Amino acid sequence: MKTAAHLLANAPAQLLPARELMAFTLASHILLVPLGVALPLVTLLMHYRGLRRADATALLLARRWSAVMAVQFAVGIVTGTVLSFEFGLLWPGMMGRWGDVFGLGFGVEAWAFFLEAILIAIYLYGWRRLKPWTHFWLGAPLPLAALMGAFGIIAANAWMNTPQGFTLDANGDPVNVTVRQAVFTPMFGPQYWHFAVAMFLTAGYVVAGVYAVGWLRGRRDRYHRLGFTVPFTLAAILTPVQFVLGDNIARQIFHKQPIKFAAAELVWNTGTHVPEYLFGRLQEDGSVKGGLKIPQLDSILAGFSPDTQVTGLNTVAADDRPTALQATIVHWTFDIMATIGSVLILLALWYAWCWWRRRDLPRSRWFFRCAALAGVASLVTVECGWITTEVGRQPWIVYQNMRVSEAVTPTAAASLWTMFGIVVAVYVLVFGAFLAVVLKMRTRWRLADEGVGPASDLADGPESGTPYGPRPPVGAAGARTPGGEL
Amino acid sequence: MTASAVAWILLLAIAAYACGGGVDYGAGFWDLLAGGADRGKRPRWLIDHAMAPVWEVNNVWLIFVLVLMWTGFPVFFQTVFTALWLPLALAAVGLVLRGAGFALRKPTRRLAARRVYGAVFAVSSLLTPFFLGAAVGAVASGRVAPGTTASADAWATTTSIMAGLLTVAATAFLGAVFLTVDARRFEASDLVGYFRRRAWIGAGALLLLGVLGLTVTDPHAAYVHHGLTHGAGLALVLLAAAAVALTARLVAGRAAGWARYSSVAAVALLVAAWGCAQRPYLVPTSLTVRQAAGASAPLQWMLIVALVALVLIGPALVVLYRLDTHGVLEPLSDEDVTR
Repeated sequence: MKTAAHLLANAPAQLLPARELMAFTLASHILLVPLGVALPLVTLLMHYRGLRRADATALLLARRWSAVMAVQFAVGIVTGTVLSFEFGLLWPGMMGRWGDVFGLGFGVEAWAFFLEAILIAIYLYGWRRLKPWTHFWLGAPLPLAALMGAFGIIAANAWMNTPQGFTLDANGDPVNVTVRQAVFTPMFGPQYWHFAVAMFLTAGYVVAGVYAVGWLRGRRDRYHRLGFTVPFTLAAILTPVQFVLGDNIARQIFHKQPIKFAAAELVWNTGTHVPEYLFGRLQEDGSVKGGLKIPQLDSILAGFSPDTQVTGLNTVAADDRPTALQATIVHWTFDIMATIGSVLILLALWYAWCWWRRRDLPRSRWFFRCAALAGVASLVTVECGWITTEVGRQPWIVYQNMRVSEAVTPTAAASLWTMFGIVVAVYVLVFGAFLAVVLKMRTRWRLADEGVGPASDLADGPESGTPYGPRPPVGAAGARTPGGEL
Repeated sequence: MTASAVAWILLLAIAAYACGGGVDYGAGFWDLLAGGADRGKRPRWLIDHAMAPVWEVNNVWLIFVLVLMWTGFPVFFQTVFTALWLPLALAAVGLVLRGAGFALRKPTRRLAARRVYGAVFAVSSLLTPFFLGAAVGAVASGRVAPGTTASADAWATTTSIMAGLLTVAATAFLGAVFLTVDARRFEASDLVGYFRRRAWIGAGALLLLGVLGLTVTDPHAAYVHHGLTHGAGLALVLLAAAAVALTARLVAGRAAGWARYSSVAAVALLVAAWGCAQRPYLVPTSLTVRQAAGASAPLQWMLIVALVALVLIGPALVVLYRLDTHGVLEPLSDEDVTR
């Protein structure tokens, strides 16, 4: 039996930095994606409400959210472009052999993203001069464009998980590519819906969390109430839906990627009546240390009966499956995801109960404390989901067709480590800047709401104002409230 | 047939990025040369103000170029990214730094810190186009044959460096022309002359580097050199030069708005000339379009996707630019988000 150390010794030296760099940039980018995909919808909902009911508060919230959207979108574009560069800089072997087979999804994504960039620009800069409803309807296709973009990316990732739509010739190169099969792979449906709902749910909880914090600090005006209720309602409705979708995707993985499932559930030997471990660590010999063992449950979850046979990790050779450490990582992220999902269900039920009984928000401070944390918890869950699917596929980059080590660039490890260092430093700066900008906007708006004018902020320094958001107008043209009249 | 259609679309996307992204990088270039905090205040204000609404859209073209490359010509993509690892990695880092500088500069209060971030934004506006241009030059000089591993030989050559400098000059030229028109649009009359002079400098630099570039006869680049000095390639080069000259004239006159179109035409024609000169090769004399083409079914679908996109994106893009140039797009002002 090969050990993990032995396996690593066989890998090219540049594999580790390439992996670390990809993992780091993906993990950073994915934090921005929920807001990129779903914030337009949340904002448009508020915008619609504002126009429909001539509600100045709702319009103010929508305008502020679109200012945040702008900054977030700019950073998202940058980190997304870096990822497409990395496909070539880190994994040229994969793109050279498989690029044409699964690239079409990216093509759809690029165009959808393009449309989103155009619409978002019109929406963000249209507040002042466009007619209110014209402005709204120009922004209305945004969520669709975002969903289309997600379609492309998930098609590509699902193909890596369950590749199909080609046959291999004598050299092992793909021929006879059928596009429909390559785009609509077995894992595509489950992954797509699970991901799309995750994005809207996360954005809802993140935005609501901001106002939950304000609520806890005693700001209980209509503004905070509205800012909390609209996104939180959206997220609360989607939470049980996501729970069902998550359960479904786990079962799909059990059928279509049994080894990934075995890693996520720490199943070593194939068998029936398989126990479910909550957390715990897989050892090299296949035993599980620590964790909570629930007899039979894994079989029941996988196939609704304790007699369900679950494939174990040791059915494949050691170098064709995740290592014990990787399996433990997948298992933990999977369990954290399921745990947070379950807790969020309770939170959504609490909210629904109060709404049903009293047509009002819960009064408990604990509810708002949990709601404030729900946004961060959702982001953690999104990260966990991606770690589960990506680490669970190891050592394959294209499941059972190409190893990560075959795809990696021939560039020297030292260059990759250097780039990794530079990218980490730059990303820390970028994300720090992003947070600083958003927090600064928040502070200024709060001061403005409390009647403490931000006059000092508009000091005419060499460059004043924050990007996109509040900036002094060119002339004195902005005397009317944008989107305000009906 | 399909492969060459996709190759032309790829060239079109590169031209679009050269123009759209070029304006943007050019603005960053002039930001870099705008001088100290006080002297550069006005031009920097205009640069920020004019570029903001279309900033992202202009940069999405790059993503599309990459996607077309790996879907249409996977071997070509693998080759380019393996052999030209360093310039492309530096370009990618430059892209991130640019975003960072852009985002960090404004919220910072202290002048010293703002200078640092502003410099980061501006310097990366110079580096990214340079390295992307150098990568194009390396491809054109035929040193990136399939199987080439990453080394400086592939791109630290006269052709590459000339191509990089030419790209920077093209962006500076585009940026200055657009900013001249923007200065007029925002009624910043003091800046019209300021950027007009810079547009002329950019045009001069572009023509000079172009002529110099054609005198560099790297034996490796013989194929492309021949393509650029004969037939269709030469015609396109001359047209591009004419468009540059026309732009220089238009900027001075009353119809400055038209200068935008002629400057974009100049850069697009330059890219077209390069593509024309390389026919039928993706990497001159080692990899033809046909050899590099991916599977036929995805290529056909790529064309369909491109057509559908054209129907969707074309009008949207026109609307965006029209709204932008008619002054309908305005950033939210402070009072919009504090009331």
